[in-house]
Amino acid sequence: MRVALFVTCLVDGLFPDVGKATVRLLERLGHEVVVPSAQTCCGQMHINTGYPGQALPVIRNHVEAFERADVIVAPSGSCAGSVRHQHADVARKHGDRKLAEAAESTAKRTYELSEFLVDVLQVTDVGAYFPHRVTYHPTCHSLRVLKVQDRPLKLLKAVEGIDLVELPSAETCCGFGGTFALKNSDTSTAMLGDKMSAVLSTKAGVLTAGDSSCLMHIGGGLSRLRSGVRPLHLAQILEHTR
Amino acid sequence: MTTFLGMPTGGGHLTGEPFPKAAKHALGNAQLRRNLAKATGTIRAKRANVVGELPDWAELRAAGAAIKDEVLANLDEYLVRFEEALTSRGTHVHWARDADEANRIITGLVKATGTREVIKVKSMATVEIGLNEALADVGVHAVETDLAELIVQLGNDKSSHILVPAIHRNRSEIREVFRREMPGVDPDLTDDPRALAEAARKHLRHKFMTVDVAISGANFGVAETGALVVVESEGNGRMCLTLPRTLISVVGIEKLVPSWRDLEVFLQLLPRSSTGERMNPYTSVWTGPTEGQTSHVVLVDNGRTATLADPDGRAALRCIRCSACLNSCPVYERTGGHAYGSTYPGPIGAVLSPQLTGVDKNPTLPFASSLCGVCYDVCPVAIDIPSMLVHLRERVTESKRATPESTAMRALAWAMSDARRWRRLIRLGKFGRVASRHVPLPGWSTARDLPQPPKETFRDWWESR
Repeated sequence: MRVALFVTCLVDGLFPDVGKATVRLLERLGHEVVVPSAQTCCGQMHINTGYPGQALPVIRNHVEAFERADVIVAPSGSCAGSVRHQHADVARKHGDRKLAEAAESTAKRTYELSEFLVDVLQVTDVGAYFPHRVTYHPTCHSLRVLKVQDRPLKLLKAVEGIDLVELPSAETCCGFGGTFALKNSDTSTAMLGDKMSAVLSTKAGVLTAGDSSCLMHIGGGLSRLRSGVRPLHLAQILEHTR
Repeated sequence: MTTFLGMPTGGGHLTGEPFPKAAKHALGNAQLRRNLAKATGTIRAKRANVVGELPDWAELRAAGAAIKDEVLANLDEYLVRFEEALTSRGTHVHWARDADEANRIITGLVKATGTREVIKVKSMATVEIGLNEALADVGVHAVETDLAELIVQLGNDKSSHILVPAIHRNRSEIREVFRREMPGVDPDLTDDPRALAEAARKHLRHKFMTVDVAISGANFGVAETGALVVVESEGNGRMCLTLPRTLISVVGIEKLVPSWRDLEVFLQLLPRSSTGERMNPYTSVWTGPTEGQTSHVVLVDNGRTATLADPDGRAALRCIRCSACLNSCPVYERTGGHAYGSTYPGPIGAVLSPQLTGVDKNPTLPFASSLCGVCYDVCPVAIDIPSMLVHLRERVTESKRATPESTAMRALAWAMSDARRWRRLIRLGKFGRVASRHVPLPGWSTARDLPQPPKETFRDWWESR
């Protein structure tokens, strides 16, 4: 299958290893990966901070960049969520019906990585090997916007050698929330503190999730604590082989 | 959105300090954090249990949303029908466009009875309009008879939760409030819940038997018949509704359901969502005054019509004040209700308060959420609070002239709407490698390290492959 990778702005600029891992994983599973060069960002930060009008040209750019793609895969529940649940609405509210229709078409072709693997490729064992103690944080938008349910866990459980431990209060938000972490940094930090306590209680060496943004947040806190816990995106674990 | 000239905005207790500032203060209170985590955790688990056992919860929820939407779409007609039904039963109906007018009407009615004291059924609408203070200004003491409201009142405190106003207090704190403030209380009172309840009971029984004017709110009003409904746990509300000779009920105009049978849906949704019970202990329904009683209904707008005018915000008026969103919210659990500055805290408060007052008076509340979405999942009338918060954020940014933030966002959007510009921008990240180690990002860097930008962007790697 020919898969168009929506790498997301955060991965492109700050966490390229997550993009590389996604490419290698999909190629290992026998699929052709293309990276439409016109892509930039989904515009979610603008939409969620109260600037949907400014996001409009960003949305238009995204829709045009992926116009010809059959399937679009993003290593992010949040960005895939914005494409699927916000783009068409924003376009419609700003009176651009043509863009709204095009955005609806993009939305139908867009998958978060775990959804794509489990639902489209129908694979849970991707042949990975990762002999470490790992705990998984289900990110809010993958859980409650996309409803990926236990797809990421199914994928992780099939990894050879993995010691997967349950994260207490796993479904509680880590406190990132985009610009929330800056505008309400004290509340965000309190939420982060509870999330880190939960992570540390598992004695896992690796924290994984399907979103680099949440991992940047929790990972940034764990790094400040010199905890030694490594944040790794789901794709980076699934890409790992013997 | 169209704003109609002269549409009343909400006054009373709907605003406070900016959320981030108030939250910072609350977050420093370790006792509060412990009390809230314990209480919300307990109610969350109870709710999940009793909601999980209903196979048709999704259908009930959809029905609740649909009934409320239908009422809101035809509110003008339902309100008139409700007024006619009430009047035909002998209840006097009054209309109040805002908190001030409501308080003027109610204090006038109370003063006409000559009483110096009124007993109150727990009511959010009366807290919203600041009725107790308005009554005090004319020399009338209002006695809260709901146990938690009584604790708040005696402690000279403020409610921090819709359903459990004293959720921020634990039992030893409550004992201290009672020992200090409750007339004639046993000085050896323990913090045993039974002993605390007994002390309150003795105090309140005396009031029930001696005070002749009561003020209530209503959970629902039935447009077809003029029936009012109060749902409660303690039975104190029923005492107030039945004993005094004058009953004044303060009702938000969005509280209506079309007919009696519609209550079937809400009387299942409400207790399971709020207290985590299959059924609440007391449901009082009354249609017109009882024999020898004079009854008044004060219908309050206080910003509700303005809320109704916004197609993307009006679903907030579906709210049945169950508090499930408060109990589930990770922000509320950590900051408590006072940080929201309004009678309505938590996620529903963050979308309702700014709409009732106008966003200019509550510009920080729409941002008081990480948009994690739990509130939408647990809402029994399916209010999409996260999307509504995002919509209200837009109304806030649009209400301001250019700010440093809006300028920065505009520049970023410009870069992000073209791949060549974007590429040049993220390549600068390489130069940010040093900066990220030494330049703190306000807010972020107090507790988190910044990621070190990579030597090579994904895009550069991909093209060099």
